[in-house]
Order: sequence, then structure tokens, then C-alpha cells
Amino acid sequence: MKQPARHSTTAAVAILGSLVLSPLAFAAPPVVKVDGSSTVFPITEAVAEEFQKARKGATNVTVGISGTGGGFKKFCRGETDIANASRPISKKEMDDCSKAGIRYYELPVAYDALTVMVNPQNTFIKSMTVAELKKIWEPGAQGRINNWKDVNPAWPDQKLKLYGAGADSGTFDYFTEAIVGKAKSSRGDYTASEDDNVLVQGIAGDKGALGYFGFAYYIENQKKLKAVAIDGGKGPIAPTPENVDNGSYQPLSRPIFIYVSEKSLDKPEVRDFVDFYMKNARPLVKEVKYIPLPAKAYSGNLDHIARKKIGTVFGGENETGLTIEELMKREAQL
Amino acid sequence: MIPKSIGASSSESGVAEMRRLIARHKTWDWLFGLLGTLALLFATLVFAALFGQMLINGTPQLSWEFFTSFPSRRAASAGILSAWVGTILVMLVTAVVAVPLGIGAGIYLEEYARKNLLTDIIEINVTNLAGVPSIIYGLLALGLFVYQFGLGQSIAAAGLTLALLILPVVIVATREAIRTIPQNIREGAYACGSSKWQVVSHHIIPYSLPGIMTGVIIGLARAIGETAPIITIGALTFIAFLPPSPFSNPEQLISFEWLLAPFTVMPIQMFNWISRPEEAFQANAAAAGLVLLLMTLSMNALAIWIRYHFRKKIKW
Repeated sequence: MKQPARHSTTAAVAILGSLVLSPLAFAAPPVVKVDGSSTVFPITEAVAEEFQKARKGATNVTVGISGTGGGFKKFCRGETDIANASRPISKKEMDDCSKAGIRYYELPVAYDALTVMVNPQNTFIKSMTVAELKKIWEPGAQGRINNWKDVNPAWPDQKLKLYGAGADSGTFDYFTEAIVGKAKSSRGDYTASEDDNVLVQGIAGDKGALGYFGFAYYIENQKKLKAVAIDGGKGPIAPTPENVDNGSYQPLSRPIFIYVSEKSLDKPEVRDFVDFYMKNARPLVKEVKYIPLPAKAYSGNLDHIARKKIGTVFGGENETGLTIEELMKREAQL
Repeated sequence: MIPKSIGASSSESGVAEMRRLIARHKTWDWLFGLLGTLALLFATLVFAALFGQMLINGTPQLSWEFFTSFPSRRAASAGILSAWVGTILVMLVTAVVAVPLGIGAGIYLEEYARKNLLTDIIEINVTNLAGVPSIIYGLLALGLFVYQFGLGQSIAAAGLTLALLILPVVIVATREAIRTIPQNIREGAYACGSSKWQVVSHHIIPYSLPGIMTGVIIGLARAIGETAPIITIGALTFIAFLPPSPFSNPEQLISFEWLLAPFTVMPIQMFNWISRPEEAFQANAAAAGLVLLLMTLSMNALAIWIRYHFRKKIKW
């Protein structure tokens, strides 16, 4: 009796595993590796899905979710071909990339509207000014602003409960920069989560709640949440695709990007994927509830690649309140 | 307990007192029984409620297409093909690595190693390792397998990580199983002139195999649901293709290219779906959870069956 069981089970598993695989894949096709922001993920995922369908398995695409910062780390080490980014590349990341000899194309792919939300039972809030939001979210508000009437005496005596993005996300960076005026500067006593569904549940179940996250999560949960119009100095503007398009939803409209490594573009499969991305992005961006750029922005991106216009137009700064039009003018200067 | 004076006059009151005492003790019995039943009921009900909800949400999604489709941005057409294939391949690597290493280490510690300070230290470490949070293994694996060994985010890296994770479980199970073998079996074999290896291979391994297998399968059942270490090594990914088949290369009988292929596993697919904005994906997550749970339960059932089946064959 010499361990018959172990041999037969291992063999059985091995045979099962190979039987399962053998008819499905024959040669290993090239893989395009994308990683980065979870905000950009749905767009790149949709493009990857359609691309693999169109190429009938001749090229494979992986899309990871390491966050904008994590994605750039891998990108600048040369581990990935494309980085998904919900903010422009930072100074430090630019240095990392140049040290490793990684040069890149910066391709804006869509706009997102950071949306401020309250509970649907909240009847007194229809719009808020940037100053009011700052009063709530700045670090000095911690432990001091705990009631709606503390923010504006006209608002009722109702406990204020806050929900927001986790400190590692590009969303957090952008919101703090746009509202408080300094990236990563925020009060800490709020419910923070990287999982936006947690925030949706929190705001939906709490009458005094206020929170912020990306537009797509608001659209999918409109019945449970109420979006707040934002007054950036020119009257209250609701977060809608039209208002992002015409540049009036400020300062919480933000561009999102993919960064493509110049070296990787020499590989035909990466080139093919980026081409496909820019040619099919508009309908797909809309489908996953982001705001598409005008068609000429996507053809402009391909033009940048054709003319070898590498680098970023942001110089490592995270600028807020850029309209689509301004962004396109900026990108054209490259 | 027995009344001191057993006079005729006091005997009746003595009996009555004894009855009261017995009744009181019975009440305690009854109370503890109730408490135990309640605890059991509570645990079972919580599990039943969770399982039931998953069943209600997930069952409508379960179809042949669900198992044969890749993930998709549309909930209705999204499936778990790459996830369950990934899970099986990762488990295969884990088992191939952890089982021989774990059983070997267990046999060595139990049968060969001398009792000294070094083996004491090893023992304490093995026991401690079983209690290390799984994310720590993920961090170790990220540094060692992914970057140092250059395996990247591959099936091999994930399989090795989970193998490390269940190694202590396998070692401890092996040792426990070996300890249940009566000493006189060894002595009888030695008396007949067996060498140490003959004792181990003819007696110790076969007799302890049911216990070892149970430990291995329970370890694998734990590994199959692990998410944290796999996310740490960077597998949180959209993957809509399968690793290359082992028979893809005509020049080799079996190719091992799949070991270095990118992958996703069931818990990660679930995690991805749960964090989607569209509510329809919650049903997909429930269905994937159901499949994962059935995988784990059937592995546990296999462990019970093996123990039962092989124990019957052992005649001491």
C-alpha cells in the first residue's frame, strides 16, 4: 500500500485541468498589459472586451486595478504597456519614468464629473457653493463642523455624516485639490472607502449624509441618492453630461487619461489596441456612463502618436477646473 | 451528599432532599443543553441565512453560459470561465508544491529529527506560521516570487504563495496523523529488521495517509477562498482569455507556458463584481459565491469521504 490515493488524485486533477484547456487555446497570443486607476477601469475594460472580440483571440488584454499611483509605479518600471490614470502624471512619477528610460504618450480618453450627493430625504439642499464644501471638508473642520447648521445657519439642525473616497485614490487627490485647494488635504473623521458601493449604501441609509464620488456610481443609483448642484461662482450647476461638455460644471469636472509607453508602441499588438481604443472610445465611454470627448480629441491623440509628441502637458501638476475645450487646446500645444 | 443520620424518622426528608438535589443538577444539565443548542442554532441559522440569500440571488444566474463565458461589462453576458480555470490551475500548483514539502517536513520532524533546541525552534515556528495573517504571505510573495524570482503576476507566483500559506496546515496535519499510529507498530517492524525508511514507507505513510489527506484538502479548501494574498501579488484584473494549453506546443509533450500566464481566480472575480456600480452585477457575484462555496463544500466532503474510506482499510 504505497500512497495510491495521492497519485491518483493528483493525476486526476492534472488530467481534468488539461482536458479543460486543450480545446480552447492553442498558441499563446501576445498580451497587452494595462494597469492603474479603478476610475478608468470600466472604459479600458469595455474597449478590451470589444477589442478581443474583434481580433478573435489573436491578441489578449489584461486590465488591472492598482489605482492611479500603483499603475504608474508598474508603468515606470516597464512592467505594463499602458497606465490608466484618473489624474495627470505627477512630478515624482515623471522622474521615476525618465530614470527608467520610459517615455510615454499622454492620451485623454474621457471626462468624469465628481458628484456631491446627499440623501433623497434631504429637502433643504439643492445646491452648495465651493466655499461651503470647503468649510465642511477642510482639515480644520475636523470635530468642529458636525451639523448642517454649523455650515450655513439657514440649514436645519441635522447631524452631518460624511462619506468620501479613500486616501489612496485619484478621486481623493482631485476632490481635495479642487475643493480645499491642496491635494490630500482633508478632514479625517469621515467614512472613507475605496469601494464606492459602500459610500452609496452609507448615503442612501443616512438622512444627514453628504458624500462624493464618480458620476457613474451616481447614475446607477439615482433612486437612492440626490445629486447636489455645485456653485463654483457662476450659479448652481447640476452634474450632467451636458454641463461637463459645455464646461460649466466646475471645478469638479476632471479629465481621465491613459498613458502609453513609447517602447511598447513598437509592438504591433499594442499599437493595434491603442488605435482601436481611440477609434471606438466615444460610444463605449458613453455606455459605461462617462462623458466622451469630442471626436477630434481621439483623432488628435492618434495624431500625437503619429508625430511622436511624447510627454505630458501638465508638468507634474494636478490642475483642477480644466474644461474639455481648455484641455484640448493644451494638448494641441504639445 | 448523603444525609449523615440515616434514622427512620429522617430518611424521608433525606430522600426528599436528595431528589431536590438531583432535580437541581438536572436543571443545570437542561440549561446547558439549551445554551449549547442555541449556540449551534445561531451559527447554523446565520450560515443558512447567508447561504439562502446567495441561493436566491445567485441561482437565476447559474447557467451553462455562466461557466463558459468570460467576464464582461454587461452583467447578463458576464461569466466565470477565466476565474474557475484560474482557480483550478492555481490550486494544482499549490497542491503539487505544498503536499510533498509539507508531508516530507512532517515525517522528518516526527520520525527522523532528534529532539533538540533546533527542532524546538522549528516546531514553534511552524505552529506560529499557521497563525500568520494571509496578507503577510502576500507581501512576502510579492517581494520574493513576483520580483526576486521574476515570476510576475502569474499562476506560478499565486500557486507558490498559497502553497506557503497552507504548508503549516499540511505539516501539522501530517504530524497529528503520524502521532495516532501506535508505537508498537514501529517496534514490531524494527524487530523484524526493517530499516527506518522501510518503517516509514511501509507503515507510517500508509497508516497516516487518511489523516494527511484530510489536512491537505482542508488546507486547499482554505486556499481556494483566499483573496488578500492574491490581490497583494497584483491579480486584481480583467482577464478574458485562458492560459495557453499544456499541449499547445507541438515540439513538447507537455508545455509549461501556462505557469507564467496571467490569471484571475474566483474570489477576485466576485470582489470585482461586488464593487461595480450596476446592481445587476450583485447577482453575478452571488452566483460566483455559490459556485465557490460548492467547490469548498465538495472538497470538505471529499476529505470526509477519504478519511472514512481509508480508515476502513487499515487493519492493525
